[in-house]
Amino acid sequence: MIVRRLPLLALLLGTAAVAQPQVAPQPVVTPTTTAPAEGGLTGSVSDETPWQDLGIAIPTFATNADIATQTSAGSTAGLGRALADVITSDLKNNGLFKPAGPDALPQPSFGQIVAPDFGVWSGRGAEMLVHGYVRANSDGSLTVGCYLYDVALRQQLVKGGWQVPPADWRRAAHKCADLVYSRLSGESPFFDSKIAYIAETGPKDRRMKRLAIMDSDGANHRYITTGQAIALTPRYAPDYKSLLYLSYFNGYPRIYVYDLETGKQRLITQSTNPTFAPRWSPDGKWILYSMAVGGNTDIYKISAAGGGQPQRLTNTPGINIGGSFSPDGSKIVFESDRSGGQQIYVMDADGANQKRISFFGGRAATPEWSPRGDQIAFTHIAGNFRIAVISPAGSNLRYLTDSWQDEAPTWSPNGRIVQFFRTEKGSGRTGIWQVDLTGRNERRLPTPVDASDPAWGPVRP
Amino acid sequence: MTLRNPRMKTPPATLRFAAALLLAGGLGLSGCAKKAPAELPPPPPAPATATEAPAPATVSGPAAGSQADFVASLMGQDTIYFDTDRYNIDAADTAALTAQAQWLLKYPAKRATLEGHADERGTREYNLALGERRATAAKNYLVSLGVDAARLTTVSYGKERPVALGSDEESWAKNRRAVTVTVD
Repeated sequence: MIVRRLPLLALLLGTAAVAQPQVAPQPVVTPTTTAPAEGGLTGSVSDETPWQDLGIAIPTFATNADIATQTSAGSTAGLGRALADVITSDLKNNGLFKPAGPDALPQPSFGQIVAPDFGVWSGRGAEMLVHGYVRANSDGSLTVGCYLYDVALRQQLVKGGWQVPPADWRRAAHKCADLVYSRLSGESPFFDSKIAYIAETGPKDRRMKRLAIMDSDGANHRYITTGQAIALTPRYAPDYKSLLYLSYFNGYPRIYVYDLETGKQRLITQSTNPTFAPRWSPDGKWILYSMAVGGNTDIYKISAAGGGQPQRLTNTPGINIGGSFSPDGSKIVFESDRSGGQQIYVMDADGANQKRISFFGGRAATPEWSPRGDQIAFTHIAGNFRIAVISPAGSNLRYLTDSWQDEAPTWSPNGRIVQFFRTEKGSGRTGIWQVDLTGRNERRLPTPVDASDPAWGPVRP
Repeated sequence: MTLRNPRMKTPPATLRFAAALLLAGGLGLSGCAKKAPAELPPPPPAPATATEAPAPATVSGPAAGSQADFVASLMGQDTIYFDTDRYNIDAADTAALTAQAQWLLKYPAKRATLEGHADERGTREYNLALGERRATAAKNYLVSLGVDAARLTTVSYGKERPVALGSDEESWAKNRRAVTVTVD
């Protein structure tokens, strides 16, 4: 038996970190990884060569005892199946994996979680195997363990464990999917994250637009505003405690900070001028916004804590709008029509050294800096509206989508996937879509109603 | 810049004549309104739109100085239209804005909101800024004609409130607009 039993026993029996209910999943055991050389799989999603889909078996998670839980998935046995389902669905559709979920697979026993029957899995053609367990703790919380095995090598590649309150059981599944994804792709995790967006209903000339939030897979959907006032362009705070968005509350478009804990909101600036296009700095300390004064729109920066004086960053005739910080916070990419049509510019975070970087025909709008810093996603307008990426220097233009109207890209926390919204010609109906950086794996996100303006937040701690 | 005049617009000469009528009219305006055919149905009870003033029961036309009166008097010239991505005021727009200014100067207590709009073929945030630019251009022109700036406010709806629902040049031309709405 190659599997290391000791840390595992500690994980299964561990009572150390199981004391009080927690809001965030508590790592029970720090994920450990064997040396990549043993793993046999390296690579990057940014690699342009075609990938062979990797077969991963994800059978039902086992449990030590079938105990009722306070989750929507029922008892720990039902939860074990639901966890495997969530992981399977996370790993689908991103161009790397071909996961097989619990429906089609035999169910391992509790003991087999740490000692898989590799013969069964290699016989089914699985290259990778995810095993896991779920255990109900006496305080009502849940402990979820997650193990990734290389079937051919008969070796454990990585494992992790998390303690979660019952309401957060899906987060444990996302953490497991993140562990598997990171170990096999070499990329940073992204599944355990949330998305803010605008939910749209009603006819084209009287669309109701509501602020809404959901998990990265569309679960735990929640409306934040009622739809009485038009809501647009949300942005999650990096700590997920608040949202920036535009609202026509009181009749005029203004940027508000909405506190998700208290349900209260405040204006970011008391000016009577309209404000648009709110953005956070990566550290959450600054807010960028655009304000029209006498018809001229410029970009401003203000302390997120409130109370400070806004600092004006652009000062040219025309529309300067949006803005997205580089991951290190030193630069801002933004959109301006100072040269005629919308084009992309970069400046220092204090507004100095403004320089156009888009020179490829058509118009270029809504630039968003990748969290990895290596790419800028934007909307290219030349006839149709397409999502494209360029380097921060403005070179290497690559299209990711080709449709009538795709706009407003937002990056996954690991900078490998771009979400955007697609508008249907004629009907004006909208939906959130995502595509990976190869442009090959495009899919629509499930939302209860039409959806636009997605804003992807960071991986949760 | 070819796509202009989504609606039939009054040529400037005719407009000036109409404006002269308006100016000369004074109280005659309400008299004009009363000329509506007798068989016209009575105004719908308590209109849902907040912009419409409740008409006095004995008068069949809109009350003088009301938003309904403004709309009826302007005959489509409460709205001006723009080329793609543009916000400049052209000859047809100046005619419409002149007519608006004359009405506003006649009712100096009235306030008005200029609503700026864009077509759906623009990104959402840019269109909000563009709508504001268009509304401001219209406002500035009214001010240049003598309307007190303090009476005028602007609001942009970007591409969020189209009037024409198609995805074609004709619809887009109708949606690139600034609408003057008086506040009752």
